[in-house]
Amino acid sequence: MKILFILTAACVIASFVKDRKKTKQAFKKAFKKFEKMVPPFFTMIIAISIVLYFLSDEALLKILDNDNRLLSVILASLLGSVSFMPGFITYPLCGLLLQKGVTYTVLSAFTTTLMMVGVLTYPVEKAYFGNRVTIIRNLAGFATALIVALATGLVFGELMQ
Amino acid sequence: MKKNLIIKVIIILLYGCFLAWSFFTDFTPGIKIGKTFSHFLSDMVSIIPCVFILLGLFEVWVKRETVEKHLGEKSSFLSYLWVILLAGTTVGGLYLAFPVAYTIYKKGARLSVIFTYIGASAVCRIPMTTFEASFLGLKFTLVRLLVSIPLIIISSLIMEKFLAGRNFEIKEG
Repeated sequence: MKILFILTAACVIASFVKDRKKTKQAFKKAFKKFEKMVPPFFTMIIAISIVLYFLSDEALLKILDNDNRLLSVILASLLGSVSFMPGFITYPLCGLLLQKGVTYTVLSAFTTTLMMVGVLTYPVEKAYFGNRVTIIRNLAGFATALIVALATGLVFGELMQ
Repeated sequence: MKKNLIIKVIIILLYGCFLAWSFFTDFTPGIKIGKTFSHFLSDMVSIIPCVFILLGLFEVWVKRETVEKHLGEKSSFLSYLWVILLAGTTVGGLYLAFPVAYTIYKKGARLSVIFTYIGASAVCRIPMTTFEASFLGLKFTLVRLLVSIPLIIISSLIMEKFLAGRNFEIKEG
């Protein structure tokens, strides 16, 4: 975070020293882009705040710690797709789930879809890339995540048990 | 269009009222939801403006030819490496990768390169990856990265082909 502020300030100062007019132009462009991001961003964070409330630690453990392995991988990838969590919540939570007996395969399916598939980031992605690209990209992300989960299962020897 | 806007405004108002009511009556679920909301809102006033200022500067200072040469149609396979490295520095969340990807696309980067950028920002942001390794082990993180990155590049190439065959172009949204 701090690095970002310092980097931005340094770039702005360098740009300003070199060419005032261009810097002004850059700010205008930045503001225009920012403006475009605000409405979909609001839709997104309202949705995130509601979904995160329902996905408590206990609820996740109940869903993911299932005897039916295939079912829990499918549920994990669907849950990962429809939620969005910042990393500082996700990983401690996954560490906890691991201790409680949730397999690496399931955690991999969950975290990878969480990162690659964004049902909740859909409003923002659509604002930039349109409906079709957004849907195709998310489907590809979902397929990728399933393969990653499978590979994780193979490496950790969880598939053969 | 207008109808949609009205519905959106009503939803936002209801949401706001619900949060305010929760705070006054100490309704725990509402307070929890409000906390998550304000966490993301704080991104909005700290990280996001910085990213957009950097994008604005990028637009006025970086020449189109430079982007085309390194990330465009005629660029080498190295272009994927550059965007994956760039993706490693993505801050915030995936939602911030979209405006960045859009900006480099408008400057002449090819589609498969920007899809790779988006995919890579999802899986290999540096701060997040180190965090993951410390909670789930290095082995887990390595498997995830080594399997997902080639898949991301391959699927980006397929998506580019698929969309190009349909005369696709990303319009100014």
